[in-house]
Amino acid sequence: MSSWELRGSIVALLLAAVLSGVSGCEKPRSQVAVFGVDAIPAHLSDWHLIEVVDGVLTPNTGVVPYDLNTGLFTDYAHKLRTVWMPAGTSAIYDKEQFEYPVGTILSKTFYYPKGGDGAVLRTDNFADDYAPGRAGEALDMARVRLMETRLLVRREDGWQALPYVWNAAQTEAVLEIAGEVSRLHLKAVGGETSAFNYVVPDANQCAGCHADNFTGREISPLGPRARHLNKRYPYRGGTENQLVYWQKIGYLSGLPELDSLPSLASFSDADLPLEERARAYLDINCGHCHNPAGAADTSGLMLNHSETDWRRLGLCKPPVAAGTGSGERLFAIVPGEPDSSILNFRVESADPGAMMPELGRSLVHEEGAELLRQWVAALPGTCL
Amino acid sequence: MKTLSYMGAIVAVVFASACSQGDKTDRANVVDATVAYDFQKQLLSQLISAKPGDVVQIPEGKFQLNRSLSLNIDGVTIRGAGMDKSILSFKNQIQGAEGLLVNASNFIIEDLAIEDTIGDALKVNEGENIIIRNVRVEWTNGPATENGAYGIYPVQTKNTLVEGSVAIGASDAGIYVGQSRNVIVRNNRAEFNVAGIEIENTIGADVYGNVATNNTGGILVFNMPNLPQPGHSTRVYNNKIFKNNTENFGHEGTPVAAVPAGSGVVINSNDKVEIFNNEIADNDTANIVVSSYFTSGYYSDKSTQKDFDPYPEGIYIYNNHFVGGGTSPDRLELKALKLTKFGLNGSLPDVLWDGVINSEKLVNGKLPDDLRLCMDNGDAGIVNVDFINDYKNISTDIAPHKCHLSKLPQVMLDFDQPDTKQEGEDHLAVIEGANE
Repeated sequence: MSSWELRGSIVALLLAAVLSGVSGCEKPRSQVAVFGVDAIPAHLSDWHLIEVVDGVLTPNTGVVPYDLNTGLFTDYAHKLRTVWMPAGTSAIYDKEQFEYPVGTILSKTFYYPKGGDGAVLRTDNFADDYAPGRAGEALDMARVRLMETRLLVRREDGWQALPYVWNAAQTEAVLEIAGEVSRLHLKAVGGETSAFNYVVPDANQCAGCHADNFTGREISPLGPRARHLNKRYPYRGGTENQLVYWQKIGYLSGLPELDSLPSLASFSDADLPLEERARAYLDINCGHCHNPAGAADTSGLMLNHSETDWRRLGLCKPPVAAGTGSGERLFAIVPGEPDSSILNFRVESADPGAMMPELGRSLVHEEGAELLRQWVAALPGTCL
Repeated sequence: MKTLSYMGAIVAVVFASACSQGDKTDRANVVDATVAYDFQKQLLSQLISAKPGDVVQIPEGKFQLNRSLSLNIDGVTIRGAGMDKSILSFKNQIQGAEGLLVNASNFIIEDLAIEDTIGDALKVNEGENIIIRNVRVEWTNGPATENGAYGIYPVQTKNTLVEGSVAIGASDAGIYVGQSRNVIVRNNRAEFNVAGIEIENTIGADVYGNVATNNTGGILVFNMPNLPQPGHSTRVYNNKIFKNNTENFGHEGTPVAAVPAGSGVVINSNDKVEIFNNEIADNDTANIVVSSYFTSGYYSDKSTQKDFDPYPEGIYIYNNHFVGGGTSPDRLELKALKLTKFGLNGSLPDVLWDGVINSEKLVNGKLPDDLRLCMDNGDAGIVNVDFINDYKNISTDIAPHKCHLSKLPQVMLDFDQPDTKQEGEDHLAVIEGANE
């Protein structure tokens, strides 16, 4: 094992002693702790990444929240994502995937706004999740229910995925490598309440998505890449582009000129072209498996952002092993006909044997499905 | 490493108290009282934490699971107490597209059953040296469109042995080997699937000693377009392929949905296929069907990669023992063909060929020898239905097919020693005994 851990620990010790009482936390707050690959703590709190303090969940000093242009759909859960790197280290910019330094910890906390009567709320309003005046950094525990926090820890030989599940009392999250299932009631704003299974994936299933190179099996972060991160975020000191901010605080080096950086659309931004929104949605929701090195290369269907061959994108492409997922339809995409397209059938299905993505949801993402319907409906031509 | 981790842990302990409180999690809400949650969690954890060399034992009993299992550590064996003793049942599965998903090499799974998965039963996606032995995959309600697609499903693997296994009720293929290299499928039993055994886009497969019966199609050797690897070189021999007359219950849109009920062996678009020494009987459409991708109904320039070869070429059918078959073909055009050409009480010949050949490869009006469809099965006949011209020039002339092709080499697997082979054949007897 490298010596960074030892160094990190000593630094943490000293810093914690020095900074006690002067950090953002009103009580003395420990520095982020680092654990060896075989010494994983059972409790999330031991990492000191995010903690509930006086009714708000906040990231620790140096634990920087971030957001994505378009995120993976996970049963309408809201997500608080953070990045932390050991002092003095930074990620090295690359167009496809940053080279994160050993010791990097990414966290993603899945939560729902509370909907009353024990239900959780389906809403795309994120502003109300935060304590007043602390948008983007302090989740108001009176308003949200925490479900799980997934960590990705950069080791010398790759990333380690660790799923922690929050308890009902919302006081602690516990390591559950086998995942977990909870029955939730989802309430649409002003609408009906429906029950569904919220499934925390097991550690292998984490890898099932995060190994976007399936043969190598190395797992890697899917969200914090240039094209997804290239957007503004409301930091405490003001709103700023995330990549620029990372560079400013020393978390990113080798960043090219801002206007030369890739950027995917927000799938929900109706002002942007349909094509860009649909491709952004497909990239983050499907491209981790449906790429030339991914688990779903067996299907011949490629939905990653860089694919340019329309047949590989599904246009008039017959299925290979879709099984139930074919929905009695002949081609992945029939231009102009979402109701004849397998792609639309599978994202509109909630049957685990037919739906896509296979993992990460029990519900249909109605807004995402609608976007893909519009996109397919607008495609010209026929399959004849 | 231990020391350093320990240091980190000490730091954590010293400073953990101030801002956080520990607590135990509540148990997840119980969703389904039939599910063996503790067993499931333990098995999931075992598979996730497995180390190379581990044997994960599945005890005797029937265990109800509701989430998909997965393994991605090399060198692990999953072993039960027998395919009728250790049963993993996925009835009411709520998550995952498979029963067990494996992405690992040097993997062995044996002596257990996987039942009633919502999607595929056992999928091995990428890996080398895979042994699937004495595994039963079954949809216990019998053939139904809503059953999962594939029973035993290695895809993009190298060096794979599937033996002594049983597959029942898959709405696509019972045993499906896709996009693989060096495969042996032997001494298995496939029954009441749409496709009993299917070899697809695979290079080098030996399929022998199997029983395929009551499927829609018994044994299929297919090539599909738009995939990384076209397949060739499959030998199908010493199998019993009979009464594969179950109505096609596949999902429309899937390739197997185009297979007529009553097909014994079907070769579609694949090259270098040898069918010999089989007992093929009472398959109502035809004992053997040889066809091009055009008959799948999919072929168009838009749907097919430019360099895809839709023609079955180098097909060698010899020394098979045919009984019955062809008496009651599926599909209107085949029914009409039988009536007009062979009469009410007649039957289609043993080999049904769509007659589609690649005219660009003709030399002096003939296909080169190594691309031909050759037959040598006593008095077994063939019908060329002239598919491309809408059944205009139907022919039963066997003369163009009286030829011989050079034989394909045997598939050898390093881990498959002769003594193992003997063991496999013993297992067949047991399996047949257990099911009859």
